[in-house]
Amino acid sequence: MSDYTAQDYKFGQPRWCPGCGDHSFLGALHKAMSELGVAPHNIAVISGIGCSSRLPYYMNTYGFHTIHGRSAAIATGAKVANPDLTVWQVSGDGDGLAIGGNHFIHAVRRNIDLNMILLNNRIYGLTKGQYSPTSVRGFVSKSSPYGTVEDPFRPAELCFGARGNFFARCVATDMAATVACLKAAAQHKGASVTEVLQNCVIFNNGTHDSIYTKDGRAKNAIYLEHGKPMIFGENREYGLMQEGFGLKVVKIGENGITENDILVHDAHCKDTTLHLKLALMEGPDFPIALGVIRDVEAITYNDAVHAQIEEVKQSKKYHTFNELLETNETWEIK
Amino acid sequence: MSNTDNKQKVDQIVVRFSGDSGDGMQLAGTIFSTISATVGNDICTFPDYPADIRAPQGVLTGVSGFQVHIGADKVLTPGDQCDILIAMNPAALKTQHKYCKPTGAIIIDTDSFTEKDLQKAEFKTDDPIAELGITCEVVPCPITSLCQETLKESGLDNKSIVRCKNMVALGLVCWIYDRDMTLAENMLRAKFAKKPEIADANIKALRAGYDMGHNTHTSIAHTYSVESDSDKKKGRYMDINGNKATAYGLIAAAEKAGMRLFLGSYPITPATDILHELAKHKSLGVITMQAEDEIAGCASAVGAAYAGALACTSTSGPGVCLKSEAINLAVITELPLVIMNVQRGGPSTGLPTKSEQTDLLQALYGRNGESPIPVIAATSPTNCFDAAYSACKIALEHMTPVILLTDAFIANGSAAWRLPNIEEYPTIVPPYVTPEMQEGWSPYKRNPENDVRYWAVPGTPGFTHRIGGLEKSAATGAISNDPANHHSMVETRARKVEKIAFDIPEQKVEGCEDADLLIVGFGGTYGHLCEAMQQMNAEGKKVALAQFQYINPLPRNTAEILRKYKKVVVAEQNMGQFAGYLQTKISDIKLHRYNEVKGQPFTVATLVEEFTKIMEE
Repeated sequence: MSDYTAQDYKFGQPRWCPGCGDHSFLGALHKAMSELGVAPHNIAVISGIGCSSRLPYYMNTYGFHTIHGRSAAIATGAKVANPDLTVWQVSGDGDGLAIGGNHFIHAVRRNIDLNMILLNNRIYGLTKGQYSPTSVRGFVSKSSPYGTVEDPFRPAELCFGARGNFFARCVATDMAATVACLKAAAQHKGASVTEVLQNCVIFNNGTHDSIYTKDGRAKNAIYLEHGKPMIFGENREYGLMQEGFGLKVVKIGENGITENDILVHDAHCKDTTLHLKLALMEGPDFPIALGVIRDVEAITYNDAVHAQIEEVKQSKKYHTFNELLETNETWEIK
Repeated sequence: MSNTDNKQKVDQIVVRFSGDSGDGMQLAGTIFSTISATVGNDICTFPDYPADIRAPQGVLTGVSGFQVHIGADKVLTPGDQCDILIAMNPAALKTQHKYCKPTGAIIIDTDSFTEKDLQKAEFKTDDPIAELGITCEVVPCPITSLCQETLKESGLDNKSIVRCKNMVALGLVCWIYDRDMTLAENMLRAKFAKKPEIADANIKALRAGYDMGHNTHTSIAHTYSVESDSDKKKGRYMDINGNKATAYGLIAAAEKAGMRLFLGSYPITPATDILHELAKHKSLGVITMQAEDEIAGCASAVGAAYAGALACTSTSGPGVCLKSEAINLAVITELPLVIMNVQRGGPSTGLPTKSEQTDLLQALYGRNGESPIPVIAATSPTNCFDAAYSACKIALEHMTPVILLTDAFIANGSAAWRLPNIEEYPTIVPPYVTPEMQEGWSPYKRNPENDVRYWAVPGTPGFTHRIGGLEKSAATGAISNDPANHHSMVETRARKVEKIAFDIPEQKVEGCEDADLLIVGFGGTYGHLCEAMQQMNAEGKKVALAQFQYINPLPRNTAEILRKYKKVVVAEQNMGQFAGYLQTKISDIKLHRYNEVKGQPFTVATLVEEFTKIMEE
């Protein structure tokens, strides 16, 4: 049992727009932290710039609201210099994937033990409504009055392309599932990416409409759980099966298909092929995958850095500055 | 193998090794300087290498040089021109002969002066000496063929054999200057410890070069010895270049402060050797992170500082451009951070391997907003150690980013360094919060004496707080747009940096007490400016030198010094950045300026000439 309640992690009064997905996410984060039970003073929440990056100001932990796009790099430095800290890195889609894209992929590649949160509302909110790198092709915004002519990033694809070992997805207003994803992300050793789908009521209202309500998710989403068959639908009547190199949606009971024929989720599988297929599913033909899609153990950058230091300490004979001086060729003037 | 015939004693000599960038000139030069330093000579070196790793063999752009100045007493510069120039091929002869004194001698490897070699170096005739109008002595030596002959039974292939020719040249120079060969041999054995056959071949080549000198000495007028009196400061010495000294300064400061050293960096000439050096010393607990880019190099260091490390980032001018935003985050959050800029020629990619002082204003002002940062400029290869130590001390004790300026010249140049006694260095005590401060604490509560905020490192119970790039209320630490608060925070950050002046030494003036001309310089030009001053004083001209190491804040007595002299000249390797800065700080001073931006060190002769002109005006 944890010594803390959600209240212990709360600070101040959030200033996001009423109805913004950030409010619900913040509540889920407080709850997840209280259930994880890490003392507030051993947590650092590090963010970049954007609406969602104001989040550290509402945390009763150590908080660092940094500069646009660089929070993954700043969090990396903090974690490797002080591995005892639990580090949460919070970004939006613009902060994390546009200006900060380089740091995002390299933090994932290094597998530094960060809980990386990507709040994805497919829009720049703080600058009042420009398209982001996750906005769909043709998206009309103030900076794309005739629609965008570029394809968006799909965060899971970037994560797996950078050899990511953990990817989860949740909807900001879906409290229980979000808390579960955040806890799994925190418990995963290494870089964990959690994509939080959230609505921007002002500039991109309805962007995740198909799954933003409980009813919508029942129809249009699938909750993946390791070891469980991939069954979904309002009456759990559908399932996923492999077909050739891809996936297909099947109706249980039709064509002799039973629950036993349905694919069982393996989040721990090293190979990313099916994880990627699951993560990229979209409507109307497929359900959108929620939950922990990939969760594979691997050595972390911070552990490897410190293990190497310990190893070299054993093998080298100098451990102080004066001993370092002695490793040089010197001469004496008497 | 002592050399007694026809030997003259001299006070100082300058030797320049030059050849293709693959000819091993840097190694030959390094060994020569180290063995000279080992017998008590003072040394100052200048590796002058091209930006291309391997230009096509024999072409003019691929010439690599290594100049060393060796003296019985203190030497301050690598010397304007050399007494002996080794030119391993026609390209080296063509590009380097201007560095040889009219009274000096040029040793050429005759084996590499074929018609083809001459064409590669764009000679029009088959007589390069006449074509270049060389009047000093030229000593032709069959260096390559002697090397091949010596090593024909070594079992090595021809390529490996020819690679030893730099040692033949070194051996010859060792004979001319009566150097102790066993020291050179020991260095080669250590360098090639894992390849004894290569060590043997190099040593044989070295001896062959020495013997060639001995057997054919009629072709060189004299041999020389430089003998140091033992009135030099007693103690143990080592040879160190500026980048290594900088790295050592950081290590020493981290140990003194009892902190973990973190370097976030991205490879960039000429600063990369700081990363290389620190990456070796994991047994001291040093963390080095080769980041994905310059921005992440600095950003990771800001993160490490936030988490309680002594955090540093090393780069050169173009990298500082990219780091500016992250540096400013450390300014507003008042986190300790050391940024090292090993200056090179600019703008843009500029002259990556050459040296300038053109990033001074970038260091002082190259960020958005009112962004005061302490700036320190190291004055010599060995001073890089003290300057880096001082930068760390100021950063940690005053909770501020500090920019340490060095330059390619002092970073790559080396000198004899007396091993420091680290116990004698000042303590470094960061202003950590203590449990009794908890009541009413907020992140921007300050020590009223020096305006430094207290540091609550994440992990400390009872001090959770939030900081960031947005302006904060001085009283509560919460985000604040209040106009009066912002104005006051701007002033406070400036005042905090100004007050560092009380923690740095007063500016020293060297040379003539009642000088008619004060030379003012900053950073890595110290050696040249000092030598120019000494020469002028020896000629009876009354000259003094103030070489600034602390740029922001300036030492407390700066105005007093600058007003004291009849004439003041600011000499710098830029278009007058330091002079302009001094004039913004001290309004009523008149300054003469001497500016040179060639990517090359000053020459003492030019300085003396220019300063004399100013005195006679």
